[in-house]
Amino acid sequence: MATFIDSFLIVIFAMQNHTVTMKVLIVFTHPRFEKSLNQRLLVKQIPVSGEITFHDLYEHYPGFDIAMEAEQRLLTEHDVIIWQHPFYWYSAPALMKQWIDIVLDFGWAYGPGGTALTGKYALNVITAGGPRQAYSKEGYNRFAIRELISPFDQTAALCRMTYLPPFVLHGTHRLSAEEGKSAASDYRFLLETLRSGDFPAEDMVKHVYMNDWIALQKY
Amino acid sequence: MEFLSQAMIYLAAAVICVPVAKRLGMGSVLGYLLAGIVIGPFVLGFIGKEGQDIMHFAEFGVVMMLFLIGLELEPAQFWRLRRSILGLGSLQLGLTTFILFPAFLITGFAWQAALAVSLALAMSSTAIALQTVKEKGLSQTAAGQASFSVLLFQDIAVIPVLAILPLLAINASAAHGHTTFIDQFPGWVQTLALFLAVGIIYFAGRYLIVPLLRLIARTQLRELFTASSLFLVVAIATLMQLVGLSPALGAFLAGVVLANSEYRHELESDLQPFKGLLLGLFFIGVGASINFELIRTSPGTVFLLVAGIMLVKSFVLFLSGRIFRLKTDQNLLYTFALSQVGEFAFVLFSFTGQLGILSAEWTGTLMAATAITMTVTPFLLLLNEKVIDPRFGVKEKPDEREADIIEDRHKVIIAGFGHFGSTIGRFLRANGVEATILDNDSDRVELLRRMGFKVYYGDATRRDLLESAGAGEAKILVAAIDDPESNRNLASTVKKHFPHLRTLVRARSRMDAYDLIELGVNDIYRESLHTSIALGVDVLAGLGYRRYTALRQGQKFLHYDEKALAGMAAMRHDTKQYIIQARESFRLQEELLSRDLHQDLAGNDHSWDSETIRESLSGPIVE
Repeated sequence: MATFIDSFLIVIFAMQNHTVTMKVLIVFTHPRFEKSLNQRLLVKQIPVSGEITFHDLYEHYPGFDIAMEAEQRLLTEHDVIIWQHPFYWYSAPALMKQWIDIVLDFGWAYGPGGTALTGKYALNVITAGGPRQAYSKEGYNRFAIRELISPFDQTAALCRMTYLPPFVLHGTHRLSAEEGKSAASDYRFLLETLRSGDFPAEDMVKHVYMNDWIALQKY
Repeated sequence: MEFLSQAMIYLAAAVICVPVAKRLGMGSVLGYLLAGIVIGPFVLGFIGKEGQDIMHFAEFGVVMMLFLIGLELEPAQFWRLRRSILGLGSLQLGLTTFILFPAFLITGFAWQAALAVSLALAMSSTAIALQTVKEKGLSQTAAGQASFSVLLFQDIAVIPVLAILPLLAINASAAHGHTTFIDQFPGWVQTLALFLAVGIIYFAGRYLIVPLLRLIARTQLRELFTASSLFLVVAIATLMQLVGLSPALGAFLAGVVLANSEYRHELESDLQPFKGLLLGLFFIGVGASINFELIRTSPGTVFLLVAGIMLVKSFVLFLSGRIFRLKTDQNLLYTFALSQVGEFAFVLFSFTGQLGILSAEWTGTLMAATAITMTVTPFLLLLNEKVIDPRFGVKEKPDEREADIIEDRHKVIIAGFGHFGSTIGRFLRANGVEATILDNDSDRVELLRRMGFKVYYGDATRRDLLESAGAGEAKILVAAIDDPESNRNLASTVKKHFPHLRTLVRARSRMDAYDLIELGVNDIYRESLHTSIALGVDVLAGLGYRRYTALRQGQKFLHYDEKALAGMAAMRHDTKQYIIQARESFRLQEELLSRDLHQDLAGNDHSWDSETIRESLSGPIVE
């Protein structure tokens, strides 16, 4: 009898998993978006959907005067937070940091009573000029991407979110049209997967890059 | 009384027939023609022979039209389209004339008559073609540009044609029916006088007319400016007639000379109604003088003429489109849009009739044929759109452009170039955006022109002036006039007549802003708001606040104030409530700000403020 109930519950759970979609918020920063071929390539892939919100910070707050309440409302309404940005000086453009400073407020996102983001997912989507090999102990950047973006990783952890591995587009200075196309379609696949709400987070986090997990799913 | 009743008949006919014609998609030229036919001797018979006299008077409308064409001829645009204007234009006009000329010779015309008629028939209708292209939003397509080029070439070509016609007169006395003052002198004096007259127009345009207009503009009397515009054209026409040249040519020259002056748009909008009325009168006269007896007695001739003319014109147009590599769908559109005979033909026919080049009978027949080709055009275009184009055409999308490129055709109009507007103009110019600027302070306009700005004199709240400044095609209008009431009028004019145009409006005070909100204006800029907040921020900094904290307070204040403004505008009609609301709003503002600052931004944010964290006993400290 017990096993019957168990299997019944598992079926119910699985059904729920399939029907519950997730809302994805893309917090995007690029101070010179009009000049960025590769970011435009990625942004073009974002499906037009009620469940995916593309939020362009430099367009909303050119004066860096981020409206805390409005941003917090947006975060509350979504389940997956994507920080999409070019990799400037081993980090995000300045406005992204401003956003984190203002929006992830003490007592709201972290600290006592700061549970607004608990249980949500977060990840970075990055375009970087250098190739993947350059970001290693032996490479000229000396550190791996995962090391360099550990502040984001820990920010997510402090806010009790699950940090998913980053989606990275490397070598953007020398990207062929073919490579660009395939990266763009990978990004679309990722967004569709996240939106469906049906993804194995515990499997994803085992990978260094989200790209690696996607490659396993597709090929 | 005779004059009044006459005027009443003409105006009534126009007022009834033109809207009906427009409704049916036929354009105003056909409406006027229809009006003339209805009141003419063959239908209602309200007017008889005097139709001819009216036409003499109305021909002055043609002179005005050429003045305006000259005025609108932008050298830059002409240069950009020079290849298609000269190439396509001369090809179309030349080839059509070349084919029609022998055809009429065979029909039994004298060579002079054949040439005059061929030239007249080669013209297309600017009024019909450009109107259609504009209405369908195709001005920027290849077909639109090609049509524009050909029509412009024809407009210019009319001038030499008008000049040649008298030379073709078979009956010399008819040509010189009215002897001019200059005829008594020997030939070389006449030639000299001719050059002198052209020279006078050029120099007067440069050094006499513009300063004169400036003087008149300074009086701020609108009707005086209108009077001087009219005087200008009449004087030029008289001068030209005196030396025996075509008044149209003189007017065109004067227009070109004045095209670069700051009074271009003002002159344009002042003369436009006169031109429209006179041309309307002219077409009514044409309609009244179409001889329907002829059509009834020989319908075959008229039908053959219409079919033959349109076939030849279409063939030449399609061929020229091919040579200039228009895509098939564009070429079809261009061909059908220009396949009719234009209003200039009426002008030319009436001249040829007067000069005795052509018999009255043929003049009548040809005018009837011309009117029929014009009537047919809208139906042909419809046929093309619905049947021919879907089968053969390859669609060219009108807007496949890169997003970054800002078109150099002026998309911004700045009304009012005082200290407020001029800063905007300078800023835009620094970013490579040239705006069309309107201002009605003639001294300022003169000064700014010397500084190299493209400024036009005129009252920007007038719809006609806005129209000629390009409000129909512009994207953004900046209302930056010094007087708040004028800005308000401007905003409501734009809302009513150019609803597509985004209007950014300068407001002097809160009260102005409320009025503008009531008008439905979304983009309101209170002129002192940003400056006073910037000053306030500096005051805070001067008192020892950290600069960035002061700046953030300023930014927050701005947001709050904008919100409060919108909230209060809705309350304004109930005065009592407004006062309460205003007081409440200011109280709230004060409270919010002091709370922001002195209570560690409580209820707002604690960004970069570790004190709150320290005060909080539990919880991780991140620093």
